[in-house]
Amino acid sequence: MIVGDRKPFDEIKDNIRDYKKILILGCGTCVSVCQAGGEKEVELLASELRIANKLAGKDVEIGQATIKRQCDKEFIEPIVEKAKQYDAVLSMACGAGVQLVADVMEPKPVIPALNTDFIGITESPGTWVERCQACGNCLLEKTGGICPITRCAKGLLNGPCGGTKDGMCEVDTKKPCAWTLIYQRLEKQGKLDIFDEYNPPRNFQAVVMPGKVTKS
Amino acid sequence: MVEAFEPKVVAFCCHYCAYSAADLAGSMRLEYSPNVRIVKLMCTGRVDIIHLLKAFEDGADTVFVAGCEEGACHFLEGNMKAKQRVAQTRKLLKEIGLEPERLEMFHISASNAPLFAAACNEMTERARKLGPNPLRKEIVKAK
Amino acid sequence: MPKPFREVLDSGKFVVTSEIGPPKGTNLEEMTRNIDLLKDKVDAINVTDNQSSAMRYPSLGGCLLIKDRGGEPILQMTCRDRNRLALQSDLLFAYSRGIRNVLCLTGDSIPVGDHKEAKGVFDLDSVQLLRTVRTLESGKDLGGNDLNGAVKFCTGAVVTPEAHPIEPQMHKFKKKVAAGAEFFQTQAVYDLNNFRTFMQHARPSNVKIFAGIVLLVSAKMAQYMNANVPGIFVPQELIDELAGAEKGKALQKGVEIAGHMIKTIKDERICDGVHIMAIGKEKVVVDILAAAGLL
Repeated sequence: MIVGDRKPFDEIKDNIRDYKKILILGCGTCVSVCQAGGEKEVELLASELRIANKLAGKDVEIGQATIKRQCDKEFIEPIVEKAKQYDAVLSMACGAGVQLVADVMEPKPVIPALNTDFIGITESPGTWVERCQACGNCLLEKTGGICPITRCAKGLLNGPCGGTKDGMCEVDTKKPCAWTLIYQRLEKQGKLDIFDEYNPPRNFQAVVMPGKVTKS
Repeated sequence: MVEAFEPKVVAFCCHYCAYSAADLAGSMRLEYSPNVRIVKLMCTGRVDIIHLLKAFEDGADTVFVAGCEEGACHFLEGNMKAKQRVAQTRKLLKEIGLEPERLEMFHISASNAPLFAAACNEMTERARKLGPNPLRKEIVKAK
Repeated sequence: MPKPFREVLDSGKFVVTSEIGPPKGTNLEEMTRNIDLLKDKVDAINVTDNQSSAMRYPSLGGCLLIKDRGGEPILQMTCRDRNRLALQSDLLFAYSRGIRNVLCLTGDSIPVGDHKEAKGVFDLDSVQLLRTVRTLESGKDLGGNDLNGAVKFCTGAVVTPEAHPIEPQMHKFKKKVAAGAEFFQTQAVYDLNNFRTFMQHARPSNVKIFAGIVLLVSAKMAQYMNANVPGIFVPQELIDELAGAEKGKALQKGVEIAGHMIKTIKDERICDGVHIMAIGKEKVVVDILAAAGLL
């Protein structure tokens, strides 16, 4: 899923200082899973903002709502009416959701409450790690299901560099060397001959920004 | 020094330990501060950060969570989760402008009535020292 | 005039190469002095390429200076700072100015260097860069376009004999050989037993291998390198030997250690030569050669 984390409280408070009526809008999909912007997090942020505003003597109305996803118009349209009562929407979705909500509710200001970090998986409760860079040219069948573009700090395609130490990465010694992991995985699969195959230079223009996929 | 007021203390207590200790304090006729309002739960693991914030939003001067002693939780680790959440909430309180000392975690075994009484007294004293929850004025005004 | 490096490789003699680190700036006095010191005593001199991800005068510039002074240069090219277009352009330029030897490296990562927010390019990796040289030699560029004037290089690569685990490194070594590497300069060798084992695996590939000899000047330096320089592992016994040297004689001890290692490698013909890296102490290379009985 897309993994994000909530911006520091002070930054959020600062970004919404001009508004008197704010709707905090949560997203029920990716950011709920990584506990950054789901219904629970909306309630928590609302309470924090109410307390902080009251302590500062500011009279701000805070509304709360969570929709299934903010990346599909069909879920945004039903709350457009409610949003009209507010000066701004504080979106707890990833960057994609914030932008679609801003498009649908134009010209209402939509402020992001999250920093969107990466495409990843849940490693353990409370820890999410990056696994995919959306390179547009998946080569996971050549690397035993371990992505060197994402997990090798240098994005190498033909084996480890000389900086690996005890199977850990030169750049962050707490992170495993992706190519060492790939080697071990292919060894378990009995497919080391794949390791020896030459992988040509990556096509960095596989997805030209901003990407677009259409289904005919 | 703030003008005299009667503190409102909210205590989240687990059925198996802290609440039993509270009952025992009653049977033992221990005297302790009458300012505490108890919210009884089966386990303090049920307490979420939002409950603690809501207590402050609604005007509590101090709040404490009282669970079983470490290692003795009836539901195994609920008390440890509560401990982490209390620690996390204290950080949040600082960010939003309230004193973290208004919130505390206690581990009280069922037989330790005196510790329960001491916790009540401690949190009432803290409320007197820190002064009333600043949000109380807003609530009174709103009413 | 020195012999072209490829001829030296083909001659079968015990090869000695060394390296120069360019300055951080345009004052080339010290680099010129170091080149003059080494040019007649070694078979070829590498010029490092923004070594350890620290910005410096380019390898290409250093190689041109070596040629001017009458030495035989080896151009080091890393994949960290240039994309495939720039790498190919630089190869064309190098060839046009008489540079005939190139060492293809991945390059240290950005965070270990002195521009910590820079973008690490890594458009190509070292294996792909080796193949790129061969592609250019065939008269085409990586885009499949014909070249107007080709190139020809003696290409080399790097291998880390002390890597743990060693198997992935050995597989990559074979990939580099398949991609066209003709010689290898290894990362620092300190344990000759490990190195002999490595050579057993590497020998069948029939390429020239030069053991990397890194001068240690103090126990502290050895510890620093262990912790901070990728690819270098100094064993505790050597650190202790350096620490035990008389006050002020640690450098001398380092020279002795290096000289002894080279002599052993040469006498037993463990590999085809050595590559001496005296980072920041290029003057001392001559002393090391003397200690090894090679002058």
